[in-house]
Amino acid sequence: MAGKDVKLLGAWPSPFVIRARIALNIKSVDYEFIQEKPGAKSELLLKSNPVHKKIPVLIHGDRPICESLIIVHYIDEVWSHGPSILPSDPYDRAIARFWAAYIDEKWFPLMKAIRTADADGKKAAIAQMEEGMAVLEEAFTKISKGKAFFGGDRIGFLDIAFGCFLAWLRVTEKSNGVKLLDESKTPALLKWSERFCSDAAVKGIIPETEKLAEFAKNLFKPK
Amino acid sequence: MAEEVKLFGARRSPFSHRIEIALKLKGVSYEFIEEDLQNKSPLLLKYNPVHKKIPVLLHNGKPIAESIVILEYIEETWKTNPILPADPYERAIARFWAKFLDDKCIPAAWNACWAKEKEREKTMEEASECLKTLEGELKDKKFFGGDKVGMVDIVANFIAFWLSALQEAVGADLLTPEKFPVLFKWSEELVGCPIIKENLPPRDQLMAFFRARLESSK
Repeated sequence: MAGKDVKLLGAWPSPFVIRARIALNIKSVDYEFIQEKPGAKSELLLKSNPVHKKIPVLIHGDRPICESLIIVHYIDEVWSHGPSILPSDPYDRAIARFWAAYIDEKWFPLMKAIRTADADGKKAAIAQMEEGMAVLEEAFTKISKGKAFFGGDRIGFLDIAFGCFLAWLRVTEKSNGVKLLDESKTPALLKWSERFCSDAAVKGIIPETEKLAEFAKNLFKPK
Repeated sequence: MAEEVKLFGARRSPFSHRIEIALKLKGVSYEFIEEDLQNKSPLLLKYNPVHKKIPVLLHNGKPIAESIVILEYIEETWKTNPILPADPYERAIARFWAKFLDDKCIPAAWNACWAKEKEREKTMEEASECLKTLEGELKDKKFFGGDKVGMVDIVANFIAFWLSALQEAVGADLLTPEKFPVLFKWSEELVGCPIIKENLPPRDQLMAFFRARLESSK
């Protein structure tokens, strides 16, 4: 497919955009990455995602697809000749979707809570996030069945859904002096995170922690 | 192979009702287990330890939780009467609206109805914006799914039935035929379908429940 046919509206720091990029890489799809400027939403974005006005938006031909996990499903279904992203068995697919929803609805919001809460709130949010990591560690052990990734031998839907947050996770660890991925508490996830970041489809997509920390400092500084 | 399908749900819950619609549309026989939400059963807690919520579908002993995850599972397991389109782009659109309903529209409608006096105006405006957006997607179709009920219609069941009982119980007028004629017509169409109507909780019971909740919040 010609590169111009597939466009991704996004920005390098966004974990949700990272999901789409990894999925496109898995399928070896050529695409044009159009980065939004921070603080100013482009006409194209507003036209392509009028409901939410958010990135990522995948534009295939002329048609926009919004919402990161919906984009990943779409990529998996359209480029069906490439390696599968979702598991083939319906029950395994349900499990993957369940945990992706947990990550988005229960786990990820804690990151913002850690950043914005007062001292007590921060402590509580960190404790909740640590609990969440323990839950995910157990889930990983069950789902991976001894293999390298949530998806088995190759990275899949749930690896993408969770792995996209790794750089922000490291920034959160640094800023708060905590270890969320830890050899003693989450040994399996720690090893998984190293394998995930070295994967060919992921390399270069997860931002360097320092660069992201600098970006975060500027983004979140009081105005 | 004898198939065992059980649904842990609650008659009063729109999320539970979504699953019943999908199973019935596909002609799947199932055992319905009514949970007392104030006193959840050990089985429910075993099958959904993470959220401890209904609905949970149990298929041949294996539990699936989260209503939209369950709907996708049902769609992939029983192929009769598809609730999602075949085309990947159309599927992405359907999934987008289902998520919009769950993440934005239904919470906005719920919050608007329960809002205290000083927040009423703002929350009603937000909810109205959502309903307007939803109505825009419906356009001149009979259902969100086209001629037939689809996943978006199923996920919108709260808007079609529960909202009317709730707004009457609390004295809000969010979804009216004057404000949202297209959406209102769709809601009547949906609730009129036998499969949808069959397992709806009695409207007066639902209103009584909402009124009691309103009283206890005062």
